[in-house]
Amino acid sequence: MNQPVDLSNSLPDANGLFGRFGGRFVAETLMPLILELQDEYATAKNDPEFQRQLAYFQGDYVGRPSPLYFAERLTEHFGGASIYLKREELNHTGAHKINNCIGQVLLAKQMGKKRIIAETGAGMHGVATATVAARFGLPCVIYMGTTDIERQQTNVFRMKLLGAEIIPVTSGTGTLKDAMNEALRDWVTNVDDTFYIIGTVAGPHPYPAMVRDFQAVIGHETRNQMLEKHGRLPDSLVACVGGGSNAIGLFHPFLDDPDVKMIGVEAGGKGVKSGHHAASLNGGTPGVLHGNRTYLLQNEDGQITDAHSISAGLDYPGIGPEHAWLHEQKRVEYVSATDEEALEAFQVCCRQEGIIPALETAHALAEVAKRAPSLPREHLMVVNLSGRGDKDMMSVAHHLGDKFGVKQL
Amino acid sequence: MSAIQETVMNNTSRLESCFAELKQQNRPALVSYLTAGDPEAETSRRLLHGLPNAGVDIIELGMPFSDPMADGPAIQKAALRALNNGQTQAKTLEMVRRFREENSTTPIVLMGYYNPIFCYGVDRFLADASSAGVDGLIVVDLPPEHDEELCQPAAQHGIDFIRLATPTTDAKRLPKVLANASGFIYYVSVAGVTGGSAPTPERLESSVAQLRQNTDLPIAVGFGIRTAEQAATIGRYSDAVVVGSALVDCIEHANTPNEAVERVHSLVSELAESVRACREVSEPQVC
Repeated sequence: MNQPVDLSNSLPDANGLFGRFGGRFVAETLMPLILELQDEYATAKNDPEFQRQLAYFQGDYVGRPSPLYFAERLTEHFGGASIYLKREELNHTGAHKINNCIGQVLLAKQMGKKRIIAETGAGMHGVATATVAARFGLPCVIYMGTTDIERQQTNVFRMKLLGAEIIPVTSGTGTLKDAMNEALRDWVTNVDDTFYIIGTVAGPHPYPAMVRDFQAVIGHETRNQMLEKHGRLPDSLVACVGGGSNAIGLFHPFLDDPDVKMIGVEAGGKGVKSGHHAASLNGGTPGVLHGNRTYLLQNEDGQITDAHSISAGLDYPGIGPEHAWLHEQKRVEYVSATDEEALEAFQVCCRQEGIIPALETAHALAEVAKRAPSLPREHLMVVNLSGRGDKDMMSVAHHLGDKFGVKQL
Repeated sequence: MSAIQETVMNNTSRLESCFAELKQQNRPALVSYLTAGDPEAETSRRLLHGLPNAGVDIIELGMPFSDPMADGPAIQKAALRALNNGQTQAKTLEMVRRFREENSTTPIVLMGYYNPIFCYGVDRFLADASSAGVDGLIVVDLPPEHDEELCQPAAQHGIDFIRLATPTTDAKRLPKVLANASGFIYYVSVAGVTGGSAPTPERLESSVAQLRQNTDLPIAVGFGIRTAEQAATIGRYSDAVVVGSALVDCIEHANTPNEAVERVHSLVSELAESVRACREVSEPQVC
């Protein structure tokens, strides 16, 4: 089998830049730590023992490889392209997030860190972090916005059961961006003993590259699985994009295959033109936030504006810097799906495949609904089914409950 | 004509003149931090214009940002008050310009985060800041690795780029931190955010001494300094003492704009008196 050219060896550059995006825009207090992390990660990447441990936990603990499943009924329903679901929702903890958390917690152990912190939006990264912290016996503090705590109570409870301390963040809009600010403030205060497990391909270098590498297992498996099933590569890949870790994980191993089309789906909220959305590429401008330069939702004076999405996991006013670069390179096409389109696709997936997807994932499915019907059956389309929807029952009941005679959960 | 006025006329920077004069007086500088536009434009203007008379030697003026990652609750709230009342980068520069119409000697250092400057446009920002009378910049999220973004262009506009050294800055890192630094070095006394816990005196003094061995620039100490007593202790061995959150708290706790102005200026006076006297009592007696 031909191994794809590993772009991770070329980008980011030594300064953590993907073209003009990325970088290390952090307070000086954090710089020595970030440089140390960069060195440690570079060593771990080439350390057979680290890779062996990573493979062991990915297999026996997470449950990898995740299946590449032919969604026959969904394919029939849309009547066009053959749709394959990369079943990341079957991973332990129910989403792709744990792929990254396992990698980072192993690194934290290797660096001798005694305490884990993380930010979370929908709570999936928080749950995955709390999970690995429990498994490795490390105390864990999760920062979560009060708005998100309200709409993701099941995950809050899960994190508590796993032994994590949840710190509600009231500043700003009480969502993911504010949780990340607060986690950065904790980190800068507890630099000596704390490891910050960032949940997406954002933050200062080396996080965007490191999280991407840990998530790239998704794309590597998909590649092998599709070659086994069809003896060729897929024609298109579709994934939702908030910070963008599940998307980059699927896309990255295919970047050097020009015939593989890639589509990232941002959260369009009430519509990109309405101003109430979380589509940084389609409705934002370049700026600097949370340690990297990327596309942001902001006003003309450089103040970050609120994101809006029905899905807490996409409710972030930025996007990973590599996506910003791929967008400008036109290697990946970035579109958006509205709250309503996502809810519709969510129901179709439930009914046609017996799979309840996360609301984040439903945005990718909404794009499939638009694109698949006009494509021929020979077109092989892979959708990253990045997470399961159990956590979203309260939100969905709020929006669709009447239809099912359910007022509230 | 005072020494300060003379040196300004000789093209020496205001910061250099200020530190030179204070060296002659054998006392540290009192540096105050307030967020521009906090609680609103007019009160903020009155606060700013009254600082020199109340005893401030160097003014740090915060450029409010929606996501101040290195700031504690006091300055976060100050930024929100300012932004909610319509403060912008342009208005902050205009404040400096108006201040300069009546004060040509007190150095002003703008402090903040990179994004509002980046969005304003770096060249345009530096040109406007320079003509408004800004002397230096402290940009928290621009480490030396990104010097080409703002630090180097600022030097071309004659604006000092004040670098932060921190408890995590080890011997290996220090040369990089000092390489393009100018104006003064801001020593962050504790690893953490602004307005947090007070620094440990002994450790702080030795850190400053160590820093001094590596730079000729004046050394200011800030983060967690709230009281006249703390300011005096630290002022014995540092060239400047920065007080921010304690002043910003006065604004938050005031019931009226007048009360905010009175409380801030009265705390400044108290701090100023303390730093003016701090080395008198501690001079070792030669027998």
